[in-house]
Amino acid sequence: MVEKFDAIVVGAGPSGNSAAYTLAKAGLKVLQIERGEYSGSKNVQGAIMYADALEKIIPDFREDAPLERHVIEQRIWLLGDDSYIGTNYRSDSFNSEKPNRYTIIRSQFDRWFNEKVREAGALVICETTVTELLRDANGKVYGVRTDRVNGEVHADVVIMADGVNALLARRADFQKELPPENVALAVKEIHFIDPALIEQRFQVKDDEGVVIEIMGKVTGGMVGTAFLYTNKESLTIGIGCLISDFKEKGITPYKLLEDLKNHPVIKPLIEGGEVKEYAGHLIPEGGYKAVPQCYGDGWMVVGDAAHLNNAAHREGSNLAMTSGRFAAETVIELKKLGKAPVASNLALYKKKLDDSFVLKDLKKYRNLPGIMHMSPQFFGAYPDLLNGAAHDLFTVDGVDKKTKENKILKSFVKRRSVFGLMGDAFKLARAFR
Amino acid sequence: MSIIKVEDKLYQNRYIVDENRPHIQIKDADVCATQCKTQPCTFCCPANCYSAEEDGKVNLVTDGCLECGTCRVICQDNGNISWNYPRGGYGISYKFG
Ligand code: SF4
Ligand code: SF4
Repeated sequence: MVEKFDAIVVGAGPSGNSAAYTLAKAGLKVLQIERGEYSGSKNVQGAIMYADALEKIIPDFREDAPLERHVIEQRIWLLGDDSYIGTNYRSDSFNSEKPNRYTIIRSQFDRWFNEKVREAGALVICETTVTELLRDANGKVYGVRTDRVNGEVHADVVIMADGVNALLARRADFQKELPPENVALAVKEIHFIDPALIEQRFQVKDDEGVVIEIMGKVTGGMVGTAFLYTNKESLTIGIGCLISDFKEKGITPYKLLEDLKNHPVIKPLIEGGEVKEYAGHLIPEGGYKAVPQCYGDGWMVVGDAAHLNNAAHREGSNLAMTSGRFAAETVIELKKLGKAPVASNLALYKKKLDDSFVLKDLKKYRNLPGIMHMSPQFFGAYPDLLNGAAHDLFTVDGVDKKTKENKILKSFVKRRSVFGLMGDAFKLARAFR
Repeated sequence: MSIIKVEDKLYQNRYIVDENRPHIQIKDADVCATQCKTQPCTFCCPANCYSAEEDGKVNLVTDGCLECGTCRVICQDNGNISWNYPRGGYGISYKFG
């Protein structure tokens, strides 16, 4: 006899763990299937974790979750060839009893989360790859096939939390292949380093942390961003650009990462560390317009697999956790009402997404991905110009300020016409509005 | 400019290699040689799994694969890559991620 569950969750990242945990807590019979050795072994993120989304699932997570540092300072840097211009925002109020952002090491965090899923009563099976959805003559999903012998399992509903590649949904024709301009490839390294050096270089103490988001010359004019995050005893540094740009420019991702590490303002921050891992992963960047159909008869798709990622604000795991929770709550509510998990009823999941920050935020920035892609000057010319302008302004050399200002203005207009500048400002303002 | 050795980077990683069962395959070697001018897989793969051969074909060794999906996305016009995840338990196993 094939075993039957109330729900099967495919994948044990933040969205899958949130879904499985919420379902199991409500007493449902849940099977979670993960292809890696353990939850987290296939997962990659910067990583920053937003407390709010997790608090709604595990309110007392701070008691034992493996958190690295709470973020007290956020820097946004535009890099020039040998300089940066940017903003730093540090506040002691981030040292509250319940900080809102932490750096984490994903494979450790996911493992902890998955332990909670098991404790809540879900059956978790690792080292098992789900190869396809099982569907009846009407297309309704009634289970999954795995690569195990006799590896068929049935359930009332299948929640796909299998990550950005979303192979299951694509194989079932629920989603089309990701267009190269809607997805970024990011590579990163973790550098272990003496915590005393972290404290000294980033002016932090105890568990305080700093995160730096980086744009500019390091992406070689491609649409992309880089980052440098402080963990307890390590730094993570990474860079990502749209696949379409990598394809067009012919720059290798590891060359980009090396250039970032060797940049004169970055190098002194990471010097003396020992690299312990190199990772690569895709990030969904298509925004609101790229969000696919996320439910149907007997199925829902959550997290990266549903393209739920806010590229403008570098938020993903909170959308993943929230969507996983919503999918689970939908199943729980339908079960209480005795309603079947068919598409018309699972539409409730979409409504929850629509009514929350998840799709509201994505909708707000719906035009941003396109603008960034159409306007490479945001990633090449502007960082250059701003760095040049700062350099001129801060160099005391006997030239009067008015002349300097004129020179700066001219440099902007030369690289991009006045209309171009105005148009960019307008487009950007509208997209961010 | 020094050549960046991806192998040195991958050396840090933990892999459980599924011997002789590559999870990604090039469907038709001739398509790479004759219909794919820029061969983007050879420079976009973050683990340098694809290398251009002298005869115009492309050689794929998946041992260092990070399972990112870039090659599948990039080759979609030619549709010349059959892309699967490794069998359960095999492939990259991130210690930190
Ligand atoms: S991108 Fe596809 S068709 Fe082109 S060389 Fe690579 S595998 Fe062959
Ligand atoms: S999945 Fe990623 S790492 Fe693996 S071969 Fe394709 S591009 Fe390379």
